[in-house]
Amino acid sequence: MEQTRVPPPGKRLKRVVSPVSLYPSKPLCLSDRLSLRAYIANRVTDKLTPIHDRIFCCRSGSAADTQAIADVVTYQLGFHSIELDEPPLVETAANLFRASCYRYREELTAGILVAGWDRRKGGQVYCVPIGGMLVRQPVSVGGSGSSYIYGFMDSNYKPNMTKDQCLELTAAAVSLAMERDGSSGGVVRLASISKDGVERRVILGNQLPKYSTH
Amino acid sequence: MEKRSVDSRVRGVSTGTTILAATFDGGVVIGSDSRASIGGEYVSSKTINKVVQVHDQIFCCMAGSLADAQAVTKAAKFHLSFHSVQMETPPLVIAAASVLQELCYNNKEELQAGFITAGWDRKKGPQVYVVPLGGMLVGQPVTIGGSGSTYIYGYVDAKYKPNMSREECLQFATNALALAMGRDNVSGGVAHLVVITETGVEHVVVPGNKLPKFHNE
Repeated sequence: MEQTRVPPPGKRLKRVVSPVSLYPSKPLCLSDRLSLRAYIANRVTDKLTPIHDRIFCCRSGSAADTQAIADVVTYQLGFHSIELDEPPLVETAANLFRASCYRYREELTAGILVAGWDRRKGGQVYCVPIGGMLVRQPVSVGGSGSSYIYGFMDSNYKPNMTKDQCLELTAAAVSLAMERDGSSGGVVRLASISKDGVERRVILGNQLPKYSTH
Repeated sequence: MEKRSVDSRVRGVSTGTTILAATFDGGVVIGSDSRASIGGEYVSSKTINKVVQVHDQIFCCMAGSLADAQAVTKAAKFHLSFHSVQMETPPLVIAAASVLQELCYNNKEELQAGFITAGWDRKKGPQVYVVPLGGMLVGQPVTIGGSGSTYIYGYVDAKYKPNMSREECLQFATNALALAMGRDNVSGGVAHLVVITETGVEHVVVPGNKLPKFHNE
C-alpha cells in the first residue's frame, strides 16, 4: 500500500509480508530491510513480532508506530488472556490491532498482518491495513513490495496446501518482491504456527531462490 | 482509501492499462487488456485495442494517455512506412522502436505515453523493445508495462522462461494479463494478444469470461 503523506522523520519500515493461512499451520514470512529513504538503518530487522504464544504479527509502515502498537496490543492481550484463563483468540488480537489503528488513524502509518492459531478456528490470517480496516483472508500480502507479488500469489496459492508447500510459496513470493522492491531486502524470516507451537526459520540472502532471467 | 496515492497524473482518457510482450522460440507474443478510463473513475471504452500494427510484422502496445499514444503511433507508422520504402526492405524491429523513442524523447515534456514494441525481422528474429515515459529504449526478452504491470512483476519473474513453445508463451501471457486485470481497477475487458513469427501474424482475443480464473474468484 502506498501513501501520500510525507513520512515522519524516523525509520520507515517497508517490506513485504505474506502470512498464508493454512490448516492447521500457518507460515508467516517477512523480508528484512529497515530504511531511512536511501539509508538502510538495519538490514536484518525482525518484523515478525510475537503477540502471544501462538499469535504473531507482521509489521509494515513506520517502524516506530508499529512497534508501539505491537507493544500495546501485547499488553492488552496478555491481560485479557489472564482474565479469561485461556489462550486468546486470533480474532481478538486482530480486533485489538484494529482498535488502535483506527482510533489513531490520523497519526499512524501502520499496516499490520495478524496471524496465528487458536482452538476455535484453527489457523487464521487477519489484515489490518493503513486506515484501520479489519478483514480475514486465507492469504494476504502487505508492505511496499507487496504490489509486485499480487499476481504471483493469486496464481500460485491453492487452499489446503501442506505446511512445506506453504513455506515454499511464501519464501518464493518474498524473494520475488525483494528483487523488485528497493525498500525490501536482506534476509527472509519465516514462522510456522500450529497447534503444536511455533517454528521459526531464516533464509539468508545467498540461499534465496533466484529468478532473474533478464 | 483516501490516503492511497494516485499513480497516474493523466487527465482525460487514459489507458490505465496492462501491456506485455514476451519472446518465445521462433516468435514473440504481444498483448494488452482493453479498458480505457477517465481518471480511473469512468470506463470510457471496454473494448479498445491497444495493440497497434505499425508494419507487417511489427506491433506496438500503448500505455498512458490515449490521445498522446494514438498521435505518436500514427506519426511512427508514417515514418516507418517511409523508411521502409526508402530502404526497399521491411524495417527492423529496432528501427520501429527507435522511431518511437525519438518521438517520445524529443517531446518528453508534453507527452505521457509509454510503448512496448515487438516484432520479427530477418536480421535478429523475434525481439521486444520497451520505450517508457522519458524516452529510453531497452531491449529485453520479456517486458511488462502500464499501471497493472506492478501486480505481475513477481509472476513474470517466476514464470517466464526463455525459449518456451508458442502455446506455453500464449498461456503465460494470458495468465499474466488475467492476473493483472484481476487486481488493477483500470485494466480489464478482453485480452488482446498477437503472435508474430517468421511466417506471419495471428490475433487472439480472449473474452473476459474465458480468461483463466484463480483461487480467489
